[in-house]
Amino acid sequence: MKVALWGTRGSLPTPGLDTSGYGGNTSCVAVHGDDGTLLVLDAGTGIRGLGMTVGAVSRIDILLTHLHMDHIQGLGFFAPLYRPGLEVNIWGPVSTKLSLRTRLMRYLSPPLFPVRLSELPCALTLHEVPGEDMRIGEFHVEAALICHPGPTVGYRITDARGRVVTYLPDHEPALGAGPFPSMPCEWTSGGLLASQSDLLIHDSQYTAHEYRDRIGWGHSSFAHVIEFGNLTGTRHLVPFHHDPGHSDADLDRLMEEAIAEVPPKCRVTAGREGTVFQI
Amino acid sequence: MSSPKAIQMILARQLASCVATPILLVDVDGTLIFYNEPAEEILNQRFEETGEIPADEWHRYVTVADENREPLPPDERPMRAALLSRQPVSRRMWSKHAGGPWRQIQVTALPVIGEGDHLLGVMNIFWVVE
Repeated sequence: MKVALWGTRGSLPTPGLDTSGYGGNTSCVAVHGDDGTLLVLDAGTGIRGLGMTVGAVSRIDILLTHLHMDHIQGLGFFAPLYRPGLEVNIWGPVSTKLSLRTRLMRYLSPPLFPVRLSELPCALTLHEVPGEDMRIGEFHVEAALICHPGPTVGYRITDARGRVVTYLPDHEPALGAGPFPSMPCEWTSGGLLASQSDLLIHDSQYTAHEYRDRIGWGHSSFAHVIEFGNLTGTRHLVPFHHDPGHSDADLDRLMEEAIAEVPPKCRVTAGREGTVFQI
Repeated sequence: MSSPKAIQMILARQLASCVATPILLVDVDGTLIFYNEPAEEILNQRFEETGEIPADEWHRYVTVADENREPLPPDERPMRAALLSRQPVSRRMWSKHAGGPWRQIQVTALPVIGEGDHLLGVMNIFWVVE
């Protein structure tokens, strides 16, 4: 499978010269199966560019981790949604009281957006997660709730050859865990989901100093994500969901410092818009 | 490795680890999957040493009785009652571990119900009655 990063920024689109290296678009990742299956992970502003490249397909699946604005802001600008009859499936978490449709409609309806979900010409179906494991084309997809404010899931995607990509863009496994990591995988948020991943795309929004002031906000420090990668036996780690306040130069320096502080047991490639991983 | 844990139970364990109130977490099978340090005194066991304890085993560590110190049938124990009814159950009772004295305790068993109305386990909170 092929994994392409279309948006790596967290919280807020951050265009500008000093963020052009890692990119300013918010979370969006495309996973292409060898059989042509296309999974779109989150619908941050990066999804607009992805939509411009989607050729003739019969089906697209969009897997939303949660409904914070930076993960759905691009949804209405995803061109394939306006192709009459194209099968589009959106998977996302429910709240304890509201359906996925009701929650999405809060954004995709006036006055925040001019087009309603029901007015889209594609053949749209919404699916609520987590539930049973999903089979989408060649992919086996597992979803599980993880530690982040509001209903939030992570996804573990396994291709026909058994290669695994895990996507946890907003995740705070260190919350309340004392010294992190102090628990085995099964007692760590997202631990089993990410176990033995070939590629793990994971939240790395803060420095250790920033994290101390933002405990409970649902994100991880650079050191935490390396520790999490080591704990889960990940083979290739992609720190992701960069803070809007971190310039390219900051990210280069912060990654170097984190790797010096917590030696990773696997390859680490900081998430950069435009990067393509062949798994 | 023990069974996978739902995020709600992971967070419940984290909460239990940070409070001074004795708390026992059991899963839907009644397996004692975690107890915090304050609860170690009630069981006279240490979680670091026992790890998870199967349902048919951990009840041997502690004897419970009703307010008259009569044996309490399993289905009337707060944890079991909460699992069966999926509602919080609170009652005053007596407990003792092997070789220990009887102590009067107040137990509140709170079912942990996740998305899709899925029962995940029970959080048992203990107060020792002075």
